[in-house]
Amino acid sequence: MKKPPVPLLQNGVRADGRAPDQMREVKISVGVVSNADGSAMVSYGTTTAVAAVYGPREMHPRHLSLPDRGVMRVRYHMAPFSTKDERKSPTPSRREIEISKVLREALEPAIMLEQYPRSRIDVFVEILQADGSTRVASLTAASLALADAGIYMRDLVIGVSVGLVDGTVVLDLNGLEDQYGEGDLPVGYMPNLKRFTLLQLDGAWTREAFLQALNLAVRGAEHVYQIARDALKTKYTSIAEEIYGR
Amino acid sequence: MYFVTPRQLIFPGDVIATTDSKVEGPVYVDNGRYRSLVVGLVEFREDGVVVVPLEGTYKPKKGDVVVGYVTDVLATGWEIDVRSFMPAYLPVSEALHRHVDLETTPLTTFLNIGDVVIAKVKDVDLTDEYPIILTLKEERVGKVESGTVVEITPVKVPRLIGKRGSMLNTLMEVGCDIIVGQNGRVWIRCRDTRDEVFLATLIKKIEAESHVMGLTDRIRAEIEKYKTQRQQGAV
Repeated sequence: MKKPPVPLLQNGVRADGRAPDQMREVKISVGVVSNADGSAMVSYGTTTAVAAVYGPREMHPRHLSLPDRGVMRVRYHMAPFSTKDERKSPTPSRREIEISKVLREALEPAIMLEQYPRSRIDVFVEILQADGSTRVASLTAASLALADAGIYMRDLVIGVSVGLVDGTVVLDLNGLEDQYGEGDLPVGYMPNLKRFTLLQLDGAWTREAFLQALNLAVRGAEHVYQIARDALKTKYTSIAEEIYGR
Repeated sequence: MYFVTPRQLIFPGDVIATTDSKVEGPVYVDNGRYRSLVVGLVEFREDGVVVVPLEGTYKPKKGDVVVGYVTDVLATGWEIDVRSFMPAYLPVSEALHRHVDLETTPLTTFLNIGDVVIAKVKDVDLTDEYPIILTLKEERVGKVESGTVVEITPVKVPRLIGKRGSMLNTLMEVGCDIIVGQNGRVWIRCRDTRDEVFLATLIKKIEAESHVMGLTDRIRAEIEKYKTQRQQGAV
């Protein structure tokens, strides 16, 4: 394994000054894309994802529609200017196509697709700035955008990542830890139902470290969930007043 | 037992009540509890609570009055666009009171592509090829021959109608026929087309400024002003 340019963990403090169980600053806003039916922007530190939802609308081409449920399509894409050093080619890479599928499968358990037969829901996720944990930031953004579009959901899906750095379990990996760390565990979590929709893992983990990481992920997701609720509240209190007057 | 308070803002997955309570609207049951499916408001009625969604496309319910456009002429009926994610179907038997011989009479003699109809939702069955079945065999529905159609977002339809129809009654004072479709399309017909233009801008204004205080009073004032202008022949 390559050596990191700076020590990732020193006296229990990470390279960016965080404690192992500390998230980066989370910023969430809902309704940022006025053309879309629903949208959200989520930042975990400098990692920024924008999600926009179109639909439900009639499926075209029609032969791809399903008679008993709706079809959800997810496109995860990184902007050419989102990376640190070299410009990323705008063509969808193998990795981006895979993450699109992973996000779709992480969102599907939360969405009542059987309520939208013969129709489709399009979810577009654009990474404006990438600094680790982009797939989990995208997951949070996509689920908020779906809720903003008024699509029937069993719960919001909150994404957080946990990693293994110098044998220590840390919450919310940044780009550096993602690149030089020993393990990575992205998690999708439904805070109300207390169920997981996404669980990926790489690296070599002990059973203890894995369980500790899972607990940490749940705590992190609950922290993000509160911020997500506040963001939705900010938008919808004014709309509630709009509909009923004061 | 309820876990919510009146007018509370709720999010997907939030617990509303236990299953022995009466809850209506976009909710589902999980582990003996009603949970919300949408971002919405909780309204308390006499016989239970209703979840009112704050965003979304029009979701047809049985009994809704809708304003739709004919988009296709089929073998035994018409396909109607009602601004939902699924097409609606108007069968011949629900459109006409008398029997027609489909072999000798083309359906286009009654309704053609582009025609506007005010219809009632007869039934919604998601397992059908056409999940929404419409009917014209009701009062105040039928084909529209004249007038104007204004579109607003479906979630603001309750505001346009107002408390016990207060806003709608105010608009009626101009002296026109107004029918508000639950799908967010409003049909207006006046004797003078200039009144239709005035009402259309007024409805758009209600949609845009529905959160501003005292809107009904301001709309009433504008209608009074317009009426006096009209009497003096200024408009």
